[in-house]
Amino acid sequence: MPERRNPINSIVAPRPEPLSVFAWFHNLGSPRNFYRIARRLTPWLGGTTALLLALGCVWGLAYAPPDYQQGDSYRIIFVHVPAAWMSMFVWVFMAVAGLITLVWRMKIAGALMRAAAPLGASFTFLALVSGSLWGKPMWGTFWVWDARLTSELVLLFLYLGFMALQSAIEERGSAHRAGAVLALVGLVNIPIIHYSVEWWNTLHQGPTVTQFDAPSISLSMLLPLLIMAIAFMTYFAMAVLKRARCEILEAEARSAWVRQLGATAPRGDA
Amino acid sequence: MDWQAFFAMGGYAVYVWPSYGLAAVLLIANALIPHWRERRLLHKLQAGAREET
Repeated sequence: MPERRNPINSIVAPRPEPLSVFAWFHNLGSPRNFYRIARRLTPWLGGTTALLLALGCVWGLAYAPPDYQQGDSYRIIFVHVPAAWMSMFVWVFMAVAGLITLVWRMKIAGALMRAAAPLGASFTFLALVSGSLWGKPMWGTFWVWDARLTSELVLLFLYLGFMALQSAIEERGSAHRAGAVLALVGLVNIPIIHYSVEWWNTLHQGPTVTQFDAPSISLSMLLPLLIMAIAFMTYFAMAVLKRARCEILEAEARSAWVRQLGATAPRGDA
Repeated sequence: MDWQAFFAMGGYAVYVWPSYGLAAVLLIANALIPHWRERRLLHKLQAGAREET
């Protein structure tokens, strides 16, 4: 923007803009700033994730005691439960991003929503498969049409439907709006998954951690589980930012700052 | 540490290890795919910038 030649400015120093929360939010909302911040954050998030995953896996697989009923098979919990939690969290994240997309037309909210879908689908798939692998030795079957399992399978189809919808709509703005509506409608499934073990008394065991009185799990098992849960969370933050960076580069390919990025980036560096 | 017992997982090795294996595959893939995609995009941008000059 060309500097305004206001005669007043040459006499009185311009007052600095107060940095309000709104201004900060607005700045973050610009694709250029978001890209810059995301690029700075992802290596730290990636490093934290690697450390937490290593700690959680070693603790969970080698140092946590075997379960008195389930033996060593329960160690699947350290990937199964974080994956299941994230499968639901990611959909809520997409619904919130969708709402922001619809109400404020914020571009990066749409990019984040789109970026989250394949990650959510991966977490859901992992929760289903690891649950199956745990179910076989404990229940004697890989699959039952239990309320918890069925609603989680519906969630996987919702993710796949969302991704199909995104690839079917060419124009980005309409794809974002259609996806936002699907994300908000699909939100109904989340409480159904969460309360399925209480509403319908079926094969899947009740919650072990999220009980209001006291979790029915010993601390030596709970701590590695929480570390793995945090690791999955930081992993999601890292991966969703990485994917959103690509979304933004593609959407803004014609804008001046992206062209400049291409002109100034050293060769071979990404 | 008894490695054989560790890998045997009290007889549940065929259930425990594939769960962790799938988790590793999914987490690594979801980090690498956007990494490669962004690198490709930046290369394309560089090619475009060189053509313009």
